[in-house]
This record gives sequence, structure tokens and C-alpha cells, in this order.
Amino acid sequence: MNNQIMNNQGLQNKQQMLKDIGIVSFAVVDLALYLDTHPTDRAAMEYFNHYNRIKTQMEREFSRNYFPLTMNHAESNREWRWGAAPLPWEGVCD
Amino acid sequence: MWNYEKRLQFPVNIKKPDAKLAQAIISQYGGPDGKMGASMRYLSQRYATPYKEVAGLLTDIGTEELAHLEMVAAIIYQLTRNLSMDEIEKSGFDKYYIDHTLGIWPQAAGGVPFNANQFQSKGDIITDLTEDMAAEQKARTTYDNILRLVQDCPDVSEPIKFLRAREIVHFQRFGEALRITQDKLDAKNFYAFNPGFDTNGKGAQK
Repeated sequence: MNNQIMNNQGLQNKQQMLKDIGIVSFAVVDLALYLDTHPTDRAAMEYFNHYNRIKTQMEREFSRNYFPLTMNHAESNREWRWGAAPLPWEGVCD
Repeated sequence: MWNYEKRLQFPVNIKKPDAKLAQAIISQYGGPDGKMGASMRYLSQRYATPYKEVAGLLTDIGTEELAHLEMVAAIIYQLTRNLSMDEIEKSGFDKYYIDHTLGIWPQAAGGVPFNANQFQSKGDIITDLTEDMAAEQKARTTYDNILRLVQDCPDVSEPIKFLRAREIVHFQRFGEALRITQDKLDAKNFYAFNPGFDTNGKGAQK
């Protein structure tokens, strides 16, 4: 029972973190397109730098705890972690 | 080159399969205004683009379109997951099933296969950007049509709403790219010539 609750919490943390990474990454993608056509907008660049830094940190933390989101975070020892990561199109089955 | 991120740009978690809906939404995968055409359009057009800001934008929007292609595929995949033979027959999905089983294949809602004639790469940046703006509007209209079909199904409508909103942002960015292009042209030739070709590249101030 306790184990199940712990597992559920773990799953919730993982899903929450993945959601947060999605939000931060969206800001980065949207700001990048804006900056492509407004390359001297310093306020937008500050936003971009801010969210890009957070994205990198969150991805590193997520990859350490769960699975590597990019190959940059896929260093492996016993098991090839990149290959063991879940497929994004499967969605959440809980 | 590209790097892959093992997540969808916006989450897709569909609990209930619906093969009828999948047959409609597949148009945004391989239909006339779908993501296959969108990604190939922008990623093909960028080479003949004389201005590097515009080529950069085409690369970044083309890249985002690949992420959208994956999202649309995930929607179709989840809508057709675990279908019974009975559901396949009753929903009219049997015609697709005969050729592809449950594989994802680019076609329009009416069954017409994806074809490169669904987009242009004309080698003229004004022509291409004008097509790109129209393409974003056509895709937005298609999403509006899909949204009327999926009103009662938030699992499907939420990612579709996200994709629709991106069409509007891309339209805006392409409009800005067209203005950047025109700002670099001789005022007398605002629309008339192809800056990447007619002047041996001299019309293009890089």
C-alpha cells in the first residue's frame, strides 16, 4: 500500500516535471521565432536567456531522476538509458 | 542537422479510441494543408532564400512543424489504439485498415495520398513567403473544422487548440519575414523581381 502511494507520487512528480519542462520549452520556442524577426529586441533576449537557462537545468534534473529527454543527457553505464526511455506518442496510461 | 527531444511539444493523452475521428484528423498529417506538407515546404524553401534571417525563420518554423507532425501522429495513433474488428468495420476505418493496418501513413481525410504537389518551393522568396502565409491560414481553417467535430472530447480538442494557435503565430512571423524581405528591395521593385535570382544575387543585400 505504502509502496503504491509512493509510486503514485513518483509518477505525479514525473508528470508534473514533464509538464513544467513543456511550458518552459514552449516559451523558448516561441521567443526564438519572435527573435528571428526582431533580432535587436533586448527585453525578448532577456526572456529567452532566462527560460533557456531554466529549460537546461530542468532537463538535466529530469534526466537524472527519470529518463534522458535529449541525447545530451543520455550518459549510461549498465543500461542504455536513451533506448529505455518511454516513447512520447504512447501518452500517459494511468 | 537535428536533435530529438523525447517528449511531445504539447501532451497528447487520449483515453477513448475513435476511429471515425482519426480518419478526419489524419488530414493534418498528410492532407493538402497538413504537417507533412508544412514541414517540407519551409525546410525546402530555405535554401534559395537570399536573406539569412528569413532562412533562419524558415528553419525554425519548419522544425516546429516536425514537432507538430509528431503530435498529429500521436493523436491518430492513440485514437486507433486497441480497436476491435467490429469498431474498425462500423467506423468506416476498414478501408484504411486494409492498406495500412494501424500504421500511420500520410493521406488526406478523403483518402488522397500525400503528394509533394501540395506545396511549392518556387525559388522566389516573395512568392514562397506569400504561399507560407496562405498555408498557415489554410491549416488554421482546417483546425477550426476539426474543432467543430471534437467539441465533446477535451482529450482531442486541447492539443488541436494548441496547434491552431501556433498557425496564427507562424502567420504573424511570416508576415514579418515578408516585410523584412521587402525592406531590403529597391522601392521601385517592391514586388516585381526575384531578389535571389534576377540580379545574380546582387538584388539581395545580405
